[in-house]
Amino acid sequence: MSTESIAMPKPEAAPRTFVEKLHEWVTTVDHKQLGILYVLYALLFLVFGGVEATIMRIQLIRPHNDFVSPQVFNRMFTMHGTTMIFFVAMPILFGFANYLIPLMIGARDMAFPRLNAFSFWMTAFGGLLLYFSFLGGDGLYGAGNAPDVGWFAYAPLTSQTFSRGHSTDFWILSLLVSGFGSVGTAINIIATILCMRCRGMTLGKMPLLAWLNLTMAGLVVLAVSPLTAAQLMLLVDRYLGGHFFDTQAGGSAVMWMHFFWVFGHPEVYVLVIPAFAFASEIIPVFSRKAIFGYPVMVAATICIGFIGMSVWAHHMFTVGMSSAANTFFVLSTMAIAVPTGIKIFNWLATMWGGQIHFKSPMLFCVGFLFQFLIAGLTGVMMSAAPFDWQLGNSYFVIAHFHYVIVGGILFALFGAFYYWFPKMSGRMYNETLGRLHFWLFIIGFHLTFDFMHIPGILGMPRRIYTYEPGRGWDIWNLIVTVGVFFQAAGVLVFIGNLLWSYFRGELAGSDPWDAWTLEWSTTSPPPTYNFAAIPEVKSRRPLWDIKHPEDPDWQYE
Amino acid sequence: MSGRRKINFVDVVGSLRTHALKALVPLGGATAAAFAEPARSPLSPTNIFAPVSTPAQSIFDLSRLVLMVTAAIFVVVFSLLAYAIVKFRKRRASDGREPAQVYGSTQVELAWTVIPILIVVVLFLAAARVIASIQNAAHPSNAIEVTVIGHQFWWEYRYPSLKVVTANELHIPVSDPAHPTPTFLTLLSADTDHSFWVPRLGGKTDLIPNHPNSMWVDPRETGLYLGQCAQYCGTQHAKMLLRVYVQTRDEFDRWIQDQSRPSQIRDPVSEGQKIFERTACISCHAVAGTVANGRFGPDLTHLMSRDTIASGAAPNTSENLRRWIQDPSVIKPGCKMPAMGLSDPDLDAVTSYLETLR
Repeated sequence: MSTESIAMPKPEAAPRTFVEKLHEWVTTVDHKQLGILYVLYALLFLVFGGVEATIMRIQLIRPHNDFVSPQVFNRMFTMHGTTMIFFVAMPILFGFANYLIPLMIGARDMAFPRLNAFSFWMTAFGGLLLYFSFLGGDGLYGAGNAPDVGWFAYAPLTSQTFSRGHSTDFWILSLLVSGFGSVGTAINIIATILCMRCRGMTLGKMPLLAWLNLTMAGLVVLAVSPLTAAQLMLLVDRYLGGHFFDTQAGGSAVMWMHFFWVFGHPEVYVLVIPAFAFASEIIPVFSRKAIFGYPVMVAATICIGFIGMSVWAHHMFTVGMSSAANTFFVLSTMAIAVPTGIKIFNWLATMWGGQIHFKSPMLFCVGFLFQFLIAGLTGVMMSAAPFDWQLGNSYFVIAHFHYVIVGGILFALFGAFYYWFPKMSGRMYNETLGRLHFWLFIIGFHLTFDFMHIPGILGMPRRIYTYEPGRGWDIWNLIVTVGVFFQAAGVLVFIGNLLWSYFRGELAGSDPWDAWTLEWSTTSPPPTYNFAAIPEVKSRRPLWDIKHPEDPDWQYE
Repeated sequence: MSGRRKINFVDVVGSLRTHALKALVPLGGATAAAFAEPARSPLSPTNIFAPVSTPAQSIFDLSRLVLMVTAAIFVVVFSLLAYAIVKFRKRRASDGREPAQVYGSTQVELAWTVIPILIVVVLFLAAARVIASIQNAAHPSNAIEVTVIGHQFWWEYRYPSLKVVTANELHIPVSDPAHPTPTFLTLLSADTDHSFWVPRLGGKTDLIPNHPNSMWVDPRETGLYLGQCAQYCGTQHAKMLLRVYVQTRDEFDRWIQDQSRPSQIRDPVSEGQKIFERTACISCHAVAGTVANGRFGPDLTHLMSRDTIASGAAPNTSENLRRWIQDPSVIKPGCKMPAMGLSDPDLDAVTSYLETLR
């Protein structure tokens, strides 16, 4: 490797004070610093959301438990869902996108650095607003409370009649504010990828991560806007005498469902496509092979994006749509299994015939593959509308989408953390702790979410703060709760590993994985300007071409 | 059970254990055994894989096909993945050379596009058939019509053609497959969204204000079938339980007869009734034949014909009734009924009055 050899003069300035450093981070417009801010912010909220989940699981450990009141339980599941989707999953994925995209396409920053900072702070204030509801939710009454309307906040529960005080307003405003942030970031990602690629990097030579994030950003623009519109309508209903969703005055509760899920389902792909992106970068490097079927992977992604916009009403099979509408959404939902299946097979083919190195990033990616397979298959089960009439809104659904979000997305994310941590911090993580994290987390994950399918099949609905004995649910709920503690232990090991490695880890060097994309051609961590000289590429794996001049990729593409 | 109508129909025919239990319950003993035993099924009284009604059965049949197909896919892909990670893991003895680079193959990629498409077509057709068979089923003239109204946090049942109003415990006749007498439910909501889900009878359908829905069931076995609200509707969503009593036609007709006459009011009016009618009780509750005609809470005309109170949250015993009137939040915190703040003697009087409502 030759690209790290540019000699840089050591700065002579005096060490900066804490206030100076803080000022730099708060006012930064650098894509790498903003990316790290997004990630750290999301990790903080991951802890909040995790604590809320743990409280719920302790309450459900046995029937008629009274660990928390129904009011508190209802706040916990509302806050858990809202936090995890809007203030953990989205920001953490935006953080990685922010950090990686300019580096991987050979750019010096995002297209709109100040919009980037603005978007981050909007998202951050949205999260603070949501959590401020714990103090101020009841408005003038004194003691506050958090929203308790569920994370999809079905009308008319959100109307003034059924939701007094201001807790629902906090929910609405926080999503409104962070929604602007999300759309800003999405526009920025699209503009960066379309306009800022280095010389030689045609669309067809971009790393898959860039292609997938481009699709994700397109979906964000299309999906978050209806949610923002719906939040505004809900505010009009609550304060300006509107009747969009106010059923007592002739409004439509079903219209809220359509607005919410026309956001809500594409949102799943907004979250999972970046996870696919991580897997598509990590699996080839740790199998020592080029990604199998790059053009098909791109086509499948775009296909998922388009079909993903037309499946929302499969969340509404039980609301009494016509048989024709139900049938249509069965077809569109099942159809999405095809491009998703193609992706799994292509990752499998990438590993086939390779030399798989089982370092932590790859362990998590293999976990992702197995679990995403199961998540996809339970999704196919529920896409058959009649089966969903039984399974919908039961614990089976909870198990299914946690399989997607935890088993799929979070596993890929942990893989991404370990893979790019050396680049971001300049130091290697501790491999032993990484493996410990993997095993604790995968055991906890399977204890919790495998066994969670069963009470759903046995008729246990979601969002109940307690349940009757004698329904055959007790033992499964106990096992599910036990798994939570393994997962929590895994996350503690993970955070400990990050902290320890940041201060004590071995120096990583610019290319610890012998990888092939441009971010590994600059120093770790990269300088503010990323590349001393803007690179020029001839293939999808520019560093492969440099390392194997006798057999470069561009001869085959 | 002090003269309360016996609830024999809830026994699963031939269930000796239930009969033995009943023999042990002393008459007038107000214990949990007054809860009717739910119809037994493997694993759980709310198991979706133990259907006793046509919609639940068609869903079960479809789910078997779907499960078989997905299980087959799982086995194939899982095996390939497992084989790959074992077979192609890096060997210690590897010479450090990179493996052969393969960029793709149109034939195999076409194969794993076309085969899933074929599977999707099969599953789609199977699902579409079941959707049509359940949603577009004929509505025979001998069907029982029931209007179900969801309230925070209880169920109101009205039989418009039979002039019966009751709450929380739905009674329907068994349907002989040879001469089906299905029950059609019109689903309405008085406030927020709810969902009617009795897994052994059929899939769930939501009750949405301003959006009438319908569903039907035709249970082929008598018994008590359980379920609960399946759409989050507010604080006490968890204790909005469903109880469906499937009776023989004779028992059902007798039940309708009992329910359609007003309660026998004693003369002179009891002290309890006076208190009941003087306090806020009658703003929400109705007792046919008296001045009480509130509509926000369950109709109490035949309260004592029900096994449970508080939408299935507690057995209907005199002790529980008293506790409930004193402070409902002990049984169901966050429910809409306020604590009535009655003195002990008034509480006893109202409880005894309610116990006369048969």
